[in-house]
Amino acid sequence: MSEPKDTPFLEVRDLKKYFPVRGGLLRRVSNVVKAVDGVSFSIPAGRTMGLVGESGCGKSTLGRTLLRLQEPTSGQVLFDGNDITRLSKRELIPERRKMQIIFQDPYASLSPRRTVAQSIREPLDVHRIGSAAERERRVIELLDVVGMSPQVRDRYPHEFSGGQRQRIGIARALALNPGFIVADEPVSALDVSVQSQVLNLIADLKRDRGITFLFISHDLAVIQHVSDEIGVMYLGRIVETASSEDLYKDPKHPYTKALLSAIPIPDPTRKRKRIVLEGDVPSPMNPPGGCPFHTRCPEAMAICSTTVPTTINAGTDAQPHEVACHLFPG
Amino acid sequence: MHASAQPLLSVKDLAVEFDTEQGIVRAVDGISFDIYPNETVGLVGESGCGKTVTGLAILGLIPSPPGRIAGGRIEFGGRDLAALPEHAIREIRGRDISMIFQEPMTALNPVFTVGNQMIDVLMRHRGLTRAQARSGAIEMLAKVGIPAPAKRVDEYPHELSGGMRQRVMIAMALSCDPKLLIADEPTTALDVTTQAQVLEQINKLQDEFNMAVILITHDLGVVAETCGRAIVMYCGNIIETAPIEPLFATPRHPYTAGLLHSIPRIRDVKLAELPIIPGRVPDLLNLPPGCRFADRCDRVRPDCSEARVALHRDDGADAAVACLHPLVHQAGESHV
Repeated sequence: MSEPKDTPFLEVRDLKKYFPVRGGLLRRVSNVVKAVDGVSFSIPAGRTMGLVGESGCGKSTLGRTLLRLQEPTSGQVLFDGNDITRLSKRELIPERRKMQIIFQDPYASLSPRRTVAQSIREPLDVHRIGSAAERERRVIELLDVVGMSPQVRDRYPHEFSGGQRQRIGIARALALNPGFIVADEPVSALDVSVQSQVLNLIADLKRDRGITFLFISHDLAVIQHVSDEIGVMYLGRIVETASSEDLYKDPKHPYTKALLSAIPIPDPTRKRKRIVLEGDVPSPMNPPGGCPFHTRCPEAMAICSTTVPTTINAGTDAQPHEVACHLFPG
Repeated sequence: MHASAQPLLSVKDLAVEFDTEQGIVRAVDGISFDIYPNETVGLVGESGCGKTVTGLAILGLIPSPPGRIAGGRIEFGGRDLAALPEHAIREIRGRDISMIFQEPMTALNPVFTVGNQMIDVLMRHRGLTRAQARSGAIEMLAKVGIPAPAKRVDEYPHELSGGMRQRVMIAMALSCDPKLLIADEPTTALDVTTQAQVLEQINKLQDEFNMAVILITHDLGVVAETCGRAIVMYCGNIIETAPIEPLFATPRHPYTAGLLHSIPRIRDVKLAELPIIPGRVPDLLNLPPGCRFADRCDRVRPDCSEARVALHRDDGADAAVACLHPLVHQAGESHV
């Protein structure tokens, strides 16, 4: 269980991504959306970090920024010890092979004009890997990995169901043998009976190929099965990080508790007290001062509206459990 | 529990067809069910099972062409909605039966204020003056838990959050005191904390307005927490219906059981492998002759593929199942 923690595969240090907002004629000149506002975490090699939060919390922006699909405003992303935020576009190309992303909507992420084989071999073509025959062999091999028959190679995306398209998307992400994959809501668009098939596939890839994952989802029930560690995001910040076991057994941040209690349980005999949060998530353009969650927090105190809580370890050195909340002063 | 009551809505052998380039698709293929006053019934199934089409058919909203009601009756208030002309349905739609949709942004008109859209409905169906309708609209917004309703009434849909928009939709749907509300995935586009707020609101309002609710959803967790009984659809058919306690504890159709098993849920001990239903839903253009779940079923026998399997109800039972070899449960045994 205890992986060596000294050399994390991916380390993110104080990453920020701000989007400038330019107002219209009569509005204010400009504003800033702090989509990711000082996030730090690390993922050891071969482990999966789950990132959970509601829409607009910045989890997708974080996933894209750390692959430099969007340029970070500041901060560092150490990928196998190498800070990729400092690399030039040219230097980035070989690094890109090692990291891939799987998107939420398998209908939008595959070109409707390309056959399955063309889509899967595209990364090999772009990076000029192998001969034509080798690329063809690789396509068949990848289809097998994601549980699809080689006969589908010449068919088009519209001929497949959502779950099959997501498998094709995964096969494409695997084409370059990446060490790291960002999976951004990979099962949210799928039916329940298919969700589990894809989640099992992702768990297999992690086990059999040692791929390191950042698994982004709004659904705590989905994220449990695949994650070793889980970070909970709210308005651009990570408010709690713990091992998957700890987070569900002993959630500490009031937001995590509310999220857990809001999940409908498919068992009519289990009636429970639900923490129903008041109001909506505030706009990231105009986040509240102090702790960003204090406007909705059932346990808010006076200090919460004035001072941003620092992140402390409420667990042990061996089993860290980080939380940013004034209920847990350092 | 419904033995003596008269059903509010009675759907009998309903079939809905769509013309497609590849041929005629029967999205709903001969389904029958009753809805009683003041109950909440979950209409559950995965995408393409026909649950939304069923809801649209009840309201006479099947787009035609390419769709049409190809058979059956929809009895409501002594009339057959399936046979009524459009102008007659319009009088019922919005007044006696209302519907709310998954994505409130597409269901609300972006160029009119919230108030304007609500006032129209109230003036048309309740014969109120504009001033009366406006105060009625504000009152409804307050009832669905919108803060500062007198201010919100003059705002446009884009100024509201997703949860607020869905509340506005609910306020509009309930403004004429309907007897039946059809809610099609009302919380699917919402965040989980907002979903909890909206579901709580629907439950509260149901008691206050004394209406029946058909909750169309793919989410069995939502059904377990809000419905009294559920109708499970697969491939255009109803395959099982039961009150939710027995449905969740002792599902009889292998598909219902598979669905219950495969829902990602928070578990005390992580499983090495999530349970799945193998395979996938058959193509509606190319359906097998017998049970439509046979290909994916672990209880399949030769007779399953011979002929269509009808929904079977034991005498006096309030549950029914369409399966030749349903799961059998011992007394007191829980399946999940």
